[in-house]
Amino acid sequence: YIVTIRVKPDHSGVVTDGVKHSMNPFCEIAVEEAVKLKEKKFIKEVVAVSCGPTQVTETIRTALAMGCDRGIHVEVSGKDYEAMGPLQIAKIFAALAKKEEASLVILGKQAIDDDCNQTGQMTAALLDWPQGTFASEVTIDGEKVKVVREIDGGLETIKISMPAVLTADLRLNTPRYATLPNIMKAKKKKIANMKPADLGVDMVSRVEVLRVDEPPTRLAGVKVETVDDLVAKLKANGTI
Amino acid sequence: MTELLQYAFPESQSFAVNMFKGQINPSQVFPFPSVMNEEQTQFLQELVPPVSKFFEEVNDPAKNDSLEKVEDSTMESLKEMGAFGLQVPQDLGGVGLTNTQYARLVEIVGQHDLGVGITLGAHQSIGFKGILLVGSPAQKEKYLPKLATGETLAAFCLTEPASGSDAASIKTLATLSPCGKHYILNGGKIWISNGGLAEIFTVFAKMPMMDEKTGQMKDKITAFIVERSFGGVTHGPPEKKMGIKASNTAEVYFENVPVPIENVLGEVGGGFKVAMAILNNGRFGMAAALSGTMKGVITQAVDHAANRVQFGSKIHTYGAIQEKLARMTMLQYVTESMAYMISGNMDSGSKDYHIEAAISKIFASEAAWEVTDECIQVMGGMGFMKGSGVERVMRDLRIFRIFEGTNDILRLFVALNGFQDAGKHLKSLQKALKNPLGNAGLLAGEITKRAKRTLCASWVVFNGQYGCIVMLFLLSIADEQFVLKRVADSAIDLYAMVVVLSRASRSLSQGHASAQHEKILCETWCIEAYDRIMKNVKDLKSSSTTQVFKNMKAISAAVVENGGIVAPHPLGF
Repeated sequence: YIVTIRVKPDHSGVVTDGVKHSMNPFCEIAVEEAVKLKEKKFIKEVVAVSCGPTQVTETIRTALAMGCDRGIHVEVSGKDYEAMGPLQIAKIFAALAKKEEASLVILGKQAIDDDCNQTGQMTAALLDWPQGTFASEVTIDGEKVKVVREIDGGLETIKISMPAVLTADLRLNTPRYATLPNIMKAKKKKIANMKPADLGVDMVSRVEVLRVDEPPTRLAGVKVETVDDLVAKLKANGTI
Repeated sequence: MTELLQYAFPESQSFAVNMFKGQINPSQVFPFPSVMNEEQTQFLQELVPPVSKFFEEVNDPAKNDSLEKVEDSTMESLKEMGAFGLQVPQDLGGVGLTNTQYARLVEIVGQHDLGVGITLGAHQSIGFKGILLVGSPAQKEKYLPKLATGETLAAFCLTEPASGSDAASIKTLATLSPCGKHYILNGGKIWISNGGLAEIFTVFAKMPMMDEKTGQMKDKITAFIVERSFGGVTHGPPEKKMGIKASNTAEVYFENVPVPIENVLGEVGGGFKVAMAILNNGRFGMAAALSGTMKGVITQAVDHAANRVQFGSKIHTYGAIQEKLARMTMLQYVTESMAYMISGNMDSGSKDYHIEAAISKIFASEAAWEVTDECIQVMGGMGFMKGSGVERVMRDLRIFRIFEGTNDILRLFVALNGFQDAGKHLKSLQKALKNPLGNAGLLAGEITKRAKRTLCASWVVFNGQYGCIVMLFLLSIADEQFVLKRVADSAIDLYAMVVVLSRASRSLSQGHASAQHEKILCETWCIEAYDRIMKNVKDLKSSSTTQVFKNMKAISAAVVENGGIVAPHPLGF
């Protein structure tokens, strides 16, 4: 994921044109987990969903090549896409989960471009479904799901009822490599196309980005000889 | 040699074939071919990332090299990935790629691990290619599905201890059994890639056959699909090699192997043609793979040059390094352009690409060697160290100038193919020479005037000189390989010029951001290629060069007679 990030000249955001996009690594783990659950016959069908402009269909196809059965592309472009954030996506997911009568919604814990870590939690709240976030182990037990969660203090095990929302953490699994025959088979799988309006979702953002800047260049340090010098300098520049 | 020349295409669209006829036929070279439809392009775009990822993250070329085999887990993953049946049709279990799509993927393999590249290539580019090209429907159905998944591996068995370049002289014998249902195969093959791993062998053997014209028995070669399970097939230990160590190379022995008559591949007695068709068909893959290899080492050289400071400056600011990096870049650009032009022509249905394919093999293998050598030079001592990985690439590359037709033989092939219809074409040659720039009108696109003039000038001189050579040929002096080498080198340079002119023109007319850079690459290449052609042609005219050739013959005779150096030591002992 080595990409040189550049801020747009108008400071409204980051340049995304011409930058190679690929599936968020935590989402890859989520897809892998879903496909595994299907292979173990706990679930019947896996639907891959992505919201964004036309290019996201490539990412959906990767998910299909990993083993998802069908895809849904929710078309969002232009200004709506630039303003799109976790709340809007959560609304879309909640609407789709109801429409498709899903028993599980599995997402990556966060996207590595904005690191929001909100979409899964918001989706669960909008649906009023239980949530198992930061999952490093998922086991289905009848109508319940046992989730081992990665937390600051270590690991926490919870049991929640389905339907539920899960978010994948790093150690949940190792995503499979898409094989060429699977990519070929994926070409025959369907990707449905729809707009947020079709789901009754309003895309208006309650967040306005005022300005995006690069982090300030690191200034050179100053070497001091004694502790007294250090205290004097820190007082001088107002730190203490 | 005569059997190599059975390519009479009276109405050929091939640029190279027409080049030797004194005509510029631009149909296959301008514009630069763009042969994939939207679906094929999209499919290929989906295949590139997983294949790249695999070679970046999973395959370990250094490990494969030190183990002298491809790691078992890597082989398994490659099989699962479908890498063993890239050009097998989808309904027989393969990925069904076109030549252009195949080229793009082998480019990735070439960039990372040539040892794996040869394992894959020996299997599908030559090992079972014969079944794809000339196999009967029954043979395809029987063998391709398992070959596509890598359940069975294939090997191409032509070379024998006494028959390398002289492939027509092979001695492995196939005799019809008394019951008439089998051929009994006896003989031994050497240096067979995948020889120790393969289950399915494409074997070339001689058979005495009645020549219809003379009524006499003559040895003709037949190609067979031989299964190890037929019995009597054994192999030797893996050969210890300079490079491509991960690729298995072994001797294969056939002792009274019963081969069902249904397993004849192509026509009985038509084996030589099958062998040539297979080798021809796979050649573009080499140029594609090597363009990937060069891309990889150039990145390493650039990374070093952009960061290494000596004498107070980054070394890329020094002219000596700049020349190296520029030459490396041009060689990669030409090779890449040739690879995709040829694959594009093949995908468009061309059947007479054999001269271009030979040119691309010669060019790619020599360019890759030079580029990698210069990369080591740019990197200095670091380049020589195992850890950098470049010395492995260098060792891996050496064989590419030797196998699949040595570059020396292929040069003769290129030159002699041109001479085939020599006599007939002298007249059309004279016409073309009278109006050289008229021919230039056929060159479409935004080629600069200078480049056009350069191309035409080379053209005129090449063909003017060609006329003289043709006459020499008619006087039977064309056996002089010294002459033929220079003709071939000029032909290679001409084709290289045309190929980059086409590619750079396309970038200019498509308004690519890199178009100006490509224009400079193209112009620089053409200026130097022109000089080389002029020199070659001048040499062929000059009497001092004729004397030089004579001298070389004498020098060679003397050292051969003496079993080594003849001149006595300067110290007298």
